[in-house]
Amino acid sequence: MNKIVEYFEKPNVSKAVRYIFYTSLVLLLISEFFVEKHVYFSWAAFPAFNAVFGFISCVVIIVVAKVLGKLWLQKREDYYD
Amino acid sequence: MTSFLPPALIFIAGAALIPFLNGRLRQAYIILLPCFAFLNLLNMPEGNSWILHLWEYQLTFVRVDKLSMVFAYIFVIMAFAGAIYSAHEQDKLQLTAAFVYAGSALGVVFAGDFITLYIFWEIMAFSSVCLIFAKKTQKAIKASFRYIMVHLFGGLLLMIGILMHVAETGSIEFTLIGLNGLASVFILLGFAVNAAIPPFSAWLTDAYPESTVVGTVFLSAFTTKTAVYTLARGFAGTDLLIWVGITMVVYGIVFAILENDMRRVLSYSIINQVGFMVVGIGIGTELAINGVAAHAFAHILYKALLMMSAGAVMYLTGRSKTSQLGGLYKTMPLTLIFAIVGAASISGFPLTGGFTTKSMIVAAAGHEHIIIIWLLLTLASAGVFLHAGIKFPYFVFFAKDSGLRPDEKKLPINMKVAMGFLSFMCILIGVYPQVLYRLLPYPVDFVPYTGYHVVSQLQLLMFSALAFFMLLKYLKRTETITLDTDWIYRKGAKIVFSFLSIPVAWTYNKLEYVLLEKVPNLAIWYSKNPLEAMKIGANNVVVSMVGGKEAQKRLEKEKAAYPGTVTQWSISTALVITLVIFVIYLILFFF
Repeated sequence: MNKIVEYFEKPNVSKAVRYIFYTSLVLLLISEFFVEKHVYFSWAAFPAFNAVFGFISCVVIIVVAKVLGKLWLQKREDYYD
Repeated sequence: MTSFLPPALIFIAGAALIPFLNGRLRQAYIILLPCFAFLNLLNMPEGNSWILHLWEYQLTFVRVDKLSMVFAYIFVIMAFAGAIYSAHEQDKLQLTAAFVYAGSALGVVFAGDFITLYIFWEIMAFSSVCLIFAKKTQKAIKASFRYIMVHLFGGLLLMIGILMHVAETGSIEFTLIGLNGLASVFILLGFAVNAAIPPFSAWLTDAYPESTVVGTVFLSAFTTKTAVYTLARGFAGTDLLIWVGITMVVYGIVFAILENDMRRVLSYSIINQVGFMVVGIGIGTELAINGVAAHAFAHILYKALLMMSAGAVMYLTGRSKTSQLGGLYKTMPLTLIFAIVGAASISGFPLTGGFTTKSMIVAAAGHEHIIIIWLLLTLASAGVFLHAGIKFPYFVFFAKDSGLRPDEKKLPINMKVAMGFLSFMCILIGVYPQVLYRLLPYPVDFVPYTGYHVVSQLQLLMFSALAFFMLLKYLKRTETITLDTDWIYRKGAKIVFSFLSIPVAWTYNKLEYVLLEKVPNLAIWYSKNPLEAMKIGANNVVVSMVGGKEAQKRLEKEKAAYPGTVTQWSISTALVITLVIFVIYLILFFF
C-alpha cells in the first residue's frame, strides 16, 4: 500500500494524472458523436450540452453559496455559545 | 398465528437482550439478529396480518406490499451493516438504542394504520435521541435536547392530523391521503419534520454530527427514509412536493458547500438526497415512485458508507472539521477507497448505485416534461458531485497535509468489513441493478445503461470536477459554522425572550419594590407612633389641599421630630380602652 502511495506522490506521476483528466474530458466530448441520443427536450441534444451545463451549474452554485455565506450565513464557531 | 414475526418485534424484543450479553456472544448476537430478520422477511406473504382489535379499531401491525417490502429490505440490510460496524462498541446504551431505533423504523414501514404508525413514530424519536445523547459531551446533550423537542413538536402535528383525519373519515387505515383538508395538512407537516423538509430541517444537521461514530451511521439511514416512505404512501402525486423537494435539493447543496464539519457536510447532503426523493413523490408516476424507492435503497447504502468512512476518520483522529484534516490518504488508503466508492455512488457515476437509481427520478421529471424541475435536478446532480463527491474526500484525504498520520491498523477490523460490505452493495446495484429493480413497487421499464446516458452523465460530472478544481481557491475551508433555521430556537428565541422579559422584569421590580419595601416600611414607620403618624398624615392632606408656607414649615418640623416622644399609657388605661371598644362591639352586635 505504501508503495502505491509513494508512486502517486512522484511529481511526474501527479502531472500525468492531471493530463489523463484533461484527455478524458476531450474524449467525453468526442464520444458524444458516436452514441445514439435520446433526450426529453430537443435543446438537450445540443453538442456538449451536459458538459457546459454541468460546468456552469457548478460555477453558479459556488458563487451563490459563497455570496450567501459571506454576507449572511457563515458565522464564527462560538456564535451560539 | 402466522408463520413469521413482525420485523419490528424481532428488533425491539431482540434489543432487550443486548444489555445482558457480553464479549463475543454479544457481537455474534447483534450481527445474527438482522440476518434472522432478513430470513423472516423472505417468509412474509403479501397482505395484512398481526391484526389487533382495540376498541372499535383494527390495528394492523404488518401490511406487506411491494412498497413496504423494498423499504424493509434496505432497513434490515442497513441494520446488518450497522451491527457489523458497531460490533466493537462497548457502550450498551448505543447498541440497544440502535436496535430499538431500527425496529421502530420497520414498525412504521409495516404499519397498516395510523395508530400503529404513530406509536412506532414516537419510539423512533426517543430511541434515536439516545444515540445523540450517548456522546455525552455538553454539545451533544444540548443538541439531543433540541432534537427531541423538534421531534415532539413534529409528533404533535402528526397526532393532531391523525385525530382530525379519524374524526372526519372514521377510518384509521393508512393509505393515500393526498393534500385535501386541514387534517391532511397536519399529517403532511408531521411527516415533513421527519423528512427534514425546510424550515423543519435544522434538527438533522444540528444533531446528527454531534452523535457518536456509531450513532451517526444508524441515524443517517432511518428517520428521513421512513418519512420518505410515509410520504410516498400517503402523498404520492402531490404537486406541492415537487417544489418542496427541489428547494431541499438546492438548499442542501448550498449549505454543504459552506459547511466545514465533514459529518455536517454529509448531513446536508442527506437533505439534498431526500429532496430528490420528495420531488419523485411529488411527480407520483410509476417511474417516479420506482425511482423514489430505488433511490432511497441506494442512498441508505452509500450515505451509511460515507458516514462510516467519516466515522473511521473520527475514530482515529478525533477530528471532524475539514479545516483540521487533510492528507490522510498516506496512512488511511483503505478508508479512502471506501469513501471514494461512496462518493462516486452518491454522485451517480456509472457502475455505482446512484447511476441506476437517481437517474430514474430525473427521467421521470423529463417524461412529464417539467422543464424547470428537470434542469434543476440536473444542476443538482452536478452539485452533489461538487459537495459530497469531491469536497468530502478531497478535503479529508488530500488537500493540504494536516500532518496527521493515523494508523489504519488501529481501526477495528469490523469497521473495515462493514465498509467493504456496503461498498460491495453500492457497486452490485450499480452493475446489476435488476436485483433491485425486481423489488420495486411497479414493473420497471427503465434501462440505465445506454451509451448516451453514460456519456452525458460522465460529461456532467467530469466538467463539474473541472469547475471544482478551477475554483478551488474560492472553496477554501473556513473555520465557521453555517446559520440555519435552528437559529430560530437557538438565537431568535433568546431575542424574543429578552424582548418579553423587559416589561415582565419591569413589572416584577416595581411590584417587589412596592410590596416588599414601600408597604412594610410604611407599616414600621406608622407603628413607631401611630397617633403622631395619623396627625402627620392628616396634616399632610390638609396642607396639600389648603397650602400655606407656615403650615408647610410646621409639617416638616413635625416630620423631622417623628416619632418624637411616644406617650406611654399604663396597662390599666389600655385595658379600659379595650373594654370600652368591646362593649360598643357587643351593643352593635346584639342590636
